[in-house]
Amino acid sequence: MTTAIETVRDEPLTIGGRTFQSRLLVGTGKYPDMETMARAIEASGAEVVTVAVRRVNLDRTKESSVLHHLDPKHFFLLANTAGCYTAEDAIRYARLAREAGFNDFVKLEVIGDEETLLPDVAGLLEAAKVLVQEGFKVLAYTNEDLVTALRLEDAGCAAVMPLASPIGSGLGLLNPLSIRTIKRRLHVPVIVDAGVGTASDACITMEQGVDGILMNTAIAAAQDPVAMAHAMRLATTAGRAAYLAGRMPRREVAMPSSPTKGMLD
Amino acid sequence: MDVVINGERKQITPGVTLLELLNELELDPRAVVVEHNRKIVRRVGLADVTVQDGDAVELVHFVGGG
Repeated sequence: MTTAIETVRDEPLTIGGRTFQSRLLVGTGKYPDMETMARAIEASGAEVVTVAVRRVNLDRTKESSVLHHLDPKHFFLLANTAGCYTAEDAIRYARLAREAGFNDFVKLEVIGDEETLLPDVAGLLEAAKVLVQEGFKVLAYTNEDLVTALRLEDAGCAAVMPLASPIGSGLGLLNPLSIRTIKRRLHVPVIVDAGVGTASDACITMEQGVDGILMNTAIAAAQDPVAMAHAMRLATTAGRAAYLAGRMPRREVAMPSSPTKGMLD
Repeated sequence: MDVVINGERKQITPGVTLLELLNELELDPRAVVVEHNRKIVRRVGLADVTVQDGDAVELVHFVGGG
């Protein structure tokens, strides 16, 4: 299936010196099974896929690594620091991830609250500074606060990733103005991460002009993850194309689309 | 000799290296990252580190996540 994107002039997404054709980044968690995950990621067209760092299960090692189902030659593996509540823990996880030997990128998460999974921005900034110093390309998961986003950029982050709404909530883009403001003010790529629920959410998010979107649960928890991955691919492309096309101005009153002249008496 | 591997106390053969420990656990050294007493040990150095009584070893890999 082809889309109208061929008619739109766009540049590829570049993060930390790496270039990607797809503006949709996807996670690998919460799938009903690994085969569905692999097919959904294929259908999404994503090149960047996120993974988490966890202890090896000493009893059943063969089946638990995600790399048995995802070829690291075909995908760009972006390790996250999900589950970390302090800068120290996040730094530890990032170092372990880098040691796996795929790349020096990290999706940095420092969570501050268990119920909302909102970021601890002080810990986030602290960890970002250390990791940038150590040569990491840091993609920082943050809230939709402009000042934090600016500080993360100043700290040397390769990308800033404000949320659309809380992780795994599926509530969609709650604060388009803040996301647009962050995009307008930052020079590094802005990737909206977390909160998308369905294809229209992805489309609306991309229409704000952000550089990309990262999602996991919206695809993995759909009734048909492979079909939803396809929908997300189209929605991301559509939203990006609409942004580049430039929408018509909003009007509070109607304006006829057909001529008012030439009507019969 | 007792060591703590991934948070679990385990009995292992005294004098083994980290590489031998991975072999005992049937883990492929290319598929895991090893942290020994909070310090990452590179793959090439696994045969040079001998595990001591009471050491803490973490063995991690990539799993699904968002």
